[in-house]
Amino acid sequence: MAEPQRARPKPTPETQHFWDGTKAGELRLQRCDACAHVYFPPRPFCPSCASRKVSVFKASGKGFLYSYVINHRPAAPGFTPPYAIAVVELDEGPRMMSNIIDCPQTPEALELDMKLEVAFQELDDKITLPVFRPAKG
Amino acid sequence: MRKNQVAVVGAAETTELGVIPNASQLQLHADAALNAIADAGLKLSDIDGFATAVETPQQVCHYLGIKPTWVDGTSVGGCSFMLHVRHAAAAIEAGLCKTVLITHAESGKSMIGKLPRSTPPDSLNGQFEAPYGVYGPPSMFPIPVLRFMKTYGITHEQLASVAVVQREWAAKNPRAMMKEPITVADVLNSRMIAYPFRLLQCCLVTDGGGALILTSADRARDFPRKPVYIMGTGESVETPMVSQMETFNSSRAFKTAGPLAFKEAGIAHRDVDHLMIYDAFAHLPLFGLGDLGFMPYEETGQFIADGNTRPGAKLPLNTNGGGLSYMHSGMYGMYALQESVRQMRGIAPAQVPNAKISVCHGVGGMFAASGTIVFTNER
Repeated sequence: MAEPQRARPKPTPETQHFWDGTKAGELRLQRCDACAHVYFPPRPFCPSCASRKVSVFKASGKGFLYSYVINHRPAAPGFTPPYAIAVVELDEGPRMMSNIIDCPQTPEALELDMKLEVAFQELDDKITLPVFRPAKG
Repeated sequence: MRKNQVAVVGAAETTELGVIPNASQLQLHADAALNAIADAGLKLSDIDGFATAVETPQQVCHYLGIKPTWVDGTSVGGCSFMLHVRHAAAAIEAGLCKTVLITHAESGKSMIGKLPRSTPPDSLNGQFEAPYGVYGPPSMFPIPVLRFMKTYGITHEQLASVAVVQREWAAKNPRAMMKEPITVADVLNSRMIAYPFRLLQCCLVTDGGGALILTSADRARDFPRKPVYIMGTGESVETPMVSQMETFNSSRAFKTAGPLAFKEAGIAHRDVDHLMIYDAFAHLPLFGLGDLGFMPYEETGQFIADGNTRPGAKLPLNTNGGGLSYMHSGMYGMYALQESVRQMRGIAPAQVPNAKISVCHGVGGMFAASGTIVFTNER
């Protein structure tokens, strides 16, 4: 029997642009043309003012570590514990769940508010996940 | 909604709690329902309103042989039953039905006839949380806690004391799963589950259920048990994705539901004799104390560590032992409601002397939803 695989996102019409972006090495967010609200996860209207006039833009990919757990058990398929499940606050405002790479998965190394930058992890030919690493400099 | 117009006249848990290898989840619903109907001195045919979560109303009504004229299948996680109480009270007041049965049951441990929980890969959770290794509540529910600790200066020892104090309450409850006393050191040395939380800061996994019966306060006088009146209610939802909460420093759903219930009841915090705050994990009582306005968030950890919520102290909290020590089948809200009703009837194993007002606050999902009920035994 094959090993159970890491959960893979399946894009919908509303989220396809996001996953096209990560595949192209871009973290894409949406901004409301009417009220300038920046939001995530993707949807074709503004959750702040309900305008349907919204634009997709390339985010800076910069943010900071808002919070996390270091999961020990039970581990999700495809993960080797202990691993951190983090929430990153992007410079543009929205937060997203992610993993932190190039960093020991320990409370000492994972300091809240540490600066992070996006990196891209290819899961297969369809899906590339945005993950984050400690910012350089 | 007007206060004290509807009362709980029947309340019971399943005959057994804990590990129940000889009953399906559906049968546990029936067991709790039959116990509550007997408690109220009613017949099944007296029930004309029905509410449940996870299982559908049609499933449980058919199994029990109930023919309702009002149903509610609100299913927003573990606080669904608080919302059912609120909706049932409104329905009874509006004349849609007279006698409502609310059931909950889960074969959470034995997994017999339990419906599978899944996260479709094209859902928002499936796209934007599942790929990062979340796997069940222990990997998700504690995600806000490190931020909460940093913002308010809450310590690991204070969060460990939540489990210690609740174990003191559990020791007084014969039906509690875990009754052995524990120390802060025991908690901090227990097995790591999802840092910063260790085994003793995570809820139990058990089988069981419970049921409530509500009717109008005027009819309630004719029932065998002391009526427990619905004094105030509140509810809200925020987001199914823990990562998308407005802030990790509080719960928007808690801050909406709790104050609504207090306002409707017309009570102040000093009026509360007994408090239940759904504790799937050790940080929830701290969020609850802050979001319900009992005290500034900064003081919540020390308040519990100082023993202010333990037996005999000024704010008795989670007096059955809570989800950490009493039982937790997956959706704990019904058991918190049962304990509030016992306290208001004056029959709880760890009875708070002369308690007249009980606040019962629930969470659904990972801070996804909330429901608050204020009970009183005086009309």
